[in-house]
Amino acid sequence: MVTSDDIRTILGSNEALAPVAQQIAEDDSLFDRGLDSFGSVQLMLALEERFGIEFPDEFLTRRSFSTIRAIRETVSAVLQSVAA
Amino acid sequence: MNALAQRAQRAAAVAAQHADAVDREGRFPAEAVAALKAERLLGLQIPSQFEGEGAGLRQVAVVCSTLGQACSNAAMVFAMHHIKVASLVAHGLDSAWHCQLMERIAREQLLVASSTTEAGIGGDLRTSFCAVEAEDGVFSLGKDASVISYGRQADLILATARRHPDAAGSDQVLVALLADQIFLERTSVWDTLGMRGTCSDGFRLEARGLPVAQILPKPFAEIAAQSMLAASHLLWSSVWFGIANAAVDRARAFVQGEARRQPGQVPPTALRLAEVSNTLQALRSAIVAALVRYEDVQGDADAIGSIGFAVMLNNLKTTASEMAVDIVQRALAIVGLAGYKNGTPFSLGRPLRDVLSAPLMIGNDRILANTAKLLLVQKGGGQLMSA
Ligand SMILES: Cc1cc2nc3c(=O)[nH]c(=O)nc-3n(C[C@H](O)[C@H](O)[C@H](O)COP(=O)(O)OP(=O)(O)OC[C@H]3O[C@@H](n4cnc5c(N)ncnc54)[C@H](O)[C@@H]3O)c2cc1C
Repeated sequence: MVTSDDIRTILGSNEALAPVAQQIAEDDSLFDRGLDSFGSVQLMLALEERFGIEFPDEFLTRRSFSTIRAIRETVSAVLQSVAA
Repeated sequence: MNALAQRAQRAAAVAAQHADAVDREGRFPAEAVAALKAERLLGLQIPSQFEGEGAGLRQVAVVCSTLGQACSNAAMVFAMHHIKVASLVAHGLDSAWHCQLMERIAREQLLVASSTTEAGIGGDLRTSFCAVEAEDGVFSLGKDASVISYGRQADLILATARRHPDAAGSDQVLVALLADQIFLERTSVWDTLGMRGTCSDGFRLEARGLPVAQILPKPFAEIAAQSMLAASHLLWSSVWFGIANAAVDRARAFVQGEARRQPGQVPPTALRLAEVSNTLQALRSAIVAALVRYEDVQGDADAIGSIGFAVMLNNLKTTASEMAVDIVQRALAIVGLAGYKNGTPFSLGRPLRDVLSAPLMIGNDRILANTAKLLLVQKGGGQLMSA
């Protein structure tokens, strides 16, 4: 199970997002909040580490990491494919 | 030749005529820029509803390489202008102020400059010290802009800054500043080895009481990823290709001259010419492949913002900049002293000095370090005709 708060905690370690991480709503665009490509790499690595998964290349798109909801769905999809 | 190529050739002919003087005197390529305006090439990318021609980067790249063969300085000025215009076109359409600005750029052929580099930060595009201070619908900005090419000659400057005084270094915006709205105090003089005519002096830039509507609505992180990275690397590389291409032309003319003098024999330098023409072809292929990939993903924000695409563009920049230097050096080795001397039909001093800026313009090691970070998550397995 991945919760939005798990993801907010991880977002809190990004420089641009740290000050606002707790106020980011499910569908707010993280890119509009200042997340850049390096920030999203760090975010992907942190998620891979936290959930013990590896995102395949086709998941490494902007959209997969654009909002808290999208991240939750991306992580869940990978977790499910691992379990299946 | 199509109409655009002819317009580019006419402007390049003017640029070529003044290229040595521009370099020697370290002055702005005023005649070439006047010719570009007369050919209405500064509005090339502006959408047609704003009186431009709605051209894509492919067409702009062709003009960059044509100019690069004549005068590196004029070519780089043109490239930098269109890199900024690319961001306006990609991100300014939902802002009435920026739409009006695009119309002015096309109609009045305004020249746009860029201020990202800041004292103490160098080429880290994605970090600013300076910050926009906004209150009651107006803002002020002070920036120690350590390099602004043609800052004095530009009609407007697009500058990066932090969104507000408490924002993180990477939480940036891009603001459009018209020349008559700002004070520029020169803080350093651009007296360099090459690219002398870009007049990339350092300035203290001050803007006060300007409407906040001039701040582009998209975060700069998005602008950089979605338009600026691609436009910069594709257009810079096209300029460097033009410089390298002209150098190989001189080497070819030299070898052919030798061959004519000694009928029935292949001059020993012909082997080196074969070698350098091979490298030139590889450079051209790298740029064309990147332009095609850019066109394939155009309008697809996900694909442009993907890790694979950013890696591809970074690789283009480091590869093209190194190959261009290598090609001009090899051309010089073929031509020998006639290339080393100024004022001969084979002189290669100016293009060599100019092209040496390529690996420094956003340092290649800085770019490789960025690519290294991106590769931490990329999984690979790309195919010949895709990734
Ligand atoms: C012809 C020309 C025109 C220009 N015009 C403009 C302009 O109009 N507007 C503008 O804003 N700027 C302009 N610039 C500046 C340019 O954008 C870069 O900011 C500048 O080239 C970087 O200068 P630097 O080498 O002093 O700085 P730095 O970026 O500080 O680099 C210094 C050195 O450190 C290395 N380095 C830095 N970071 C890393 C890292 N993480 N890992 C490994 N090595 C690293 C670099 O590779 C380089 O060797 C121009 C530059 C040139 C050459």
